[in-house]
Amino acid sequence: MKQSITLERVGKFMGLGFLTTLKDLFTGNLEREDFISFLRKVIVPLASILLFIGLWHLGAKALFQREANFKIEKALTDQGQAAADDMKACIASGDVSCQPNTLPAPSQVWDSYKSLLKDHRAISDDKEAFIQKTATINAKREANGQEHITYTGRPSFIDQIIMSLKTVFAGFLLALIIAVPLGVLIGLSPTLRSAFNWFIQIFKPVSPVVWYLLVFMIVKTLLIYSNDDSSFIISFISVGLCSMWATLVNTAMGVSSVDKDYINVAKVLKLGPIQKVFKVILPSSLPLIFTGLKITLSVAWMVLIAIELLAQSPGLGSFVWEEFQNGANDSNSKIIVAMFVIGIIGFLLDRIMLTIQNAVSFNKNEGI
Amino acid sequence: MAYLELNNICKTYGHADDEVEVLSNINLSIEEGEFVAIVGFTGSGKTTLVNLINGLIQPTKGEVLFKGVPVSGTSHERGVIFQNYSLLPWLTVAQNIYMAVREVFPKKSKSELHALVADYVEMVNLTPAINKRPKELSGGMRQRVAVARALAMKPEMIIMDEPLGALDALTRGNLQDEILNIWGKEKRTALLITNDVDEGIYMADRIIPLRPGPNATLGPEFKIDIERPRDKTALNDNPNFKSTRNAIIEYLMDIGNQRKSKTQKEYILPDLQPKSFVGHF
Ligand SMILES: Nc1ncnc2c1ncn2[C@@H]1O[C@H](COP(=O)(O)OP(=O)(O)OP(=O)(O)O)[C@@H](O)[C@H]1O
Ligand SMILES: [Mg+2]
Repeated sequence: MKQSITLERVGKFMGLGFLTTLKDLFTGNLEREDFISFLRKVIVPLASILLFIGLWHLGAKALFQREANFKIEKALTDQGQAAADDMKACIASGDVSCQPNTLPAPSQVWDSYKSLLKDHRAISDDKEAFIQKTATINAKREANGQEHITYTGRPSFIDQIIMSLKTVFAGFLLALIIAVPLGVLIGLSPTLRSAFNWFIQIFKPVSPVVWYLLVFMIVKTLLIYSNDDSSFIISFISVGLCSMWATLVNTAMGVSSVDKDYINVAKVLKLGPIQKVFKVILPSSLPLIFTGLKITLSVAWMVLIAIELLAQSPGLGSFVWEEFQNGANDSNSKIIVAMFVIGIIGFLLDRIMLTIQNAVSFNKNEGI
Repeated sequence: MAYLELNNICKTYGHADDEVEVLSNINLSIEEGEFVAIVGFTGSGKTTLVNLINGLIQPTKGEVLFKGVPVSGTSHERGVIFQNYSLLPWLTVAQNIYMAVREVFPKKSKSELHALVADYVEMVNLTPAINKRPKELSGGMRQRVAVARALAMKPEMIIMDEPLGALDALTRGNLQDEILNIWGKEKRTALLITNDVDEGIYMADRIIPLRPGPNATLGPEFKIDIERPRDKTALNDNPNFKSTRNAIIEYLMDIGNQRKSKTQKEYILPDLQPKSFVGHF
């Protein structure tokens, strides 16, 4: 059945119903009763966002003042009145050297966001120029059988985001490849289920940090003869192993609890074992499998930051860690920018999975 | 030797303290080409009996013989229309039926199978809905898909568990005729579970009541001596029809009343009127 993809459909499907209301507002379609729902769906969230920013602003200002006062008092007790006055003037002038280091205000975060984008553009231009400059040399080197000269400059914030997405998708794919087939086997066989149960119960709650260390131990030895950077491999394997449990458990549950009516149909039609798995058991457990995959993806994104941070593999995690250690004036606000980016990407990933999940799921009573 | 034989069947569910004997001492034999209807109260064990015959479950005691061989599992020779339709919700109407016929006729080509599917969908008047999924169908439409699926498999014996319950009178009549048509033309054997005495009389050669459970047993059989093909409108004036119908209903009311007075003394149960018959008095 073909469905035209309209803003309305996609919006509703992805739980972004307010888009429709917003459209109606601009096209003048809005009924009087709809106005209340418009208030609730658009105005209230907007108001709460403004309120949040306002509270954040006030909180940041209070924290700033507290630390500024402390600095001035400290200068007074340590070095006397003149130093305290200097400090006061220095803070008021906005000089970088003496600014209190605390929660940044919304406006600072916005400035950092813009500067990160500017930085990205600069780095991209730089890269472009580099590639053009080395094009002839690289062609020559290739002819001589030598390796290319590659750009080794610092990655921009956007590059880090892309790296993180790559890592999370590699980890997610690994989880999918391991957990779905294993879950199906465990679900089909009560013997395997009891054989694997202790394994799942013990390894499921293990923290991402420990998974990272475990994977590090193994991969480091496996790749001992290789000169390549193994941090990407280590971090995506850790992400995959951390996040695969929800899919494993959900798949096993879906497969082992297929509706008895469907099994009876398979029996009456006398389907062979393989047909039975692919035509009846798997389709009927797809909704649960996708519920598991959705949890897996969100867990993968959540643990990714911690694992990248440990593995020192490029990405948002190491970005946050480097900024924290860097301690520059705008480091804190860059960390907050990263926080929002992480949150928004996590939300979008969740929505995408929800959309897929809705597409494959069916109501249990539909066939009955 | 009968075509289908049930000898001293008992079926219990549960273990130890929770053990309930749903069916006790069921004896039934059906000849080849016969059309037998079983009427019974809800919860008396009709579906259990059907599953014993089609081979989905095994009896606790006794044996089911199909053409003289004990039934140990399902078979394409015995087709089933499930009471709860049991369509696969992720497949369309056509796919649900196609999946069944492909298993039964592995030698037929794809286009032959598709033609077969189309024929049976047409027969149950669902051609406009052929590419719909079960969730887009009404209860009656789903029931018709289940009928088409079972009949398309062309089983030697067709076992129907209240197959027309959710249909309106008109569609119901049409499908009754289709089933009778296929049964008569292709010399099948049929077992119909129903809660509609009129339906039983219109379609069957014999009607056997199933007494209410637990420990349900089959009651005395009622032969329907009415010429085929039967005419629905003329049936009402047939003296034979009237007397048979009255006899069956009287019998069912009797056991219904017995059960009511018995159950009130022993344990408190919801008042189980034989509600399915009420509309047909
Ligand atoms: N798998 C099972 N386990 C335990 N008890 C069962 C099981 N299946 C059926 N029963 C019990 O057996 C009895 C008969 O059930 P059955 O489904 O055969 O009744 P029925 O005559 O088909 O009823 P209806 O007219 O409502 O379809 C019921 O009391 C039911 O609770
Ligand atoms: Mg039943």
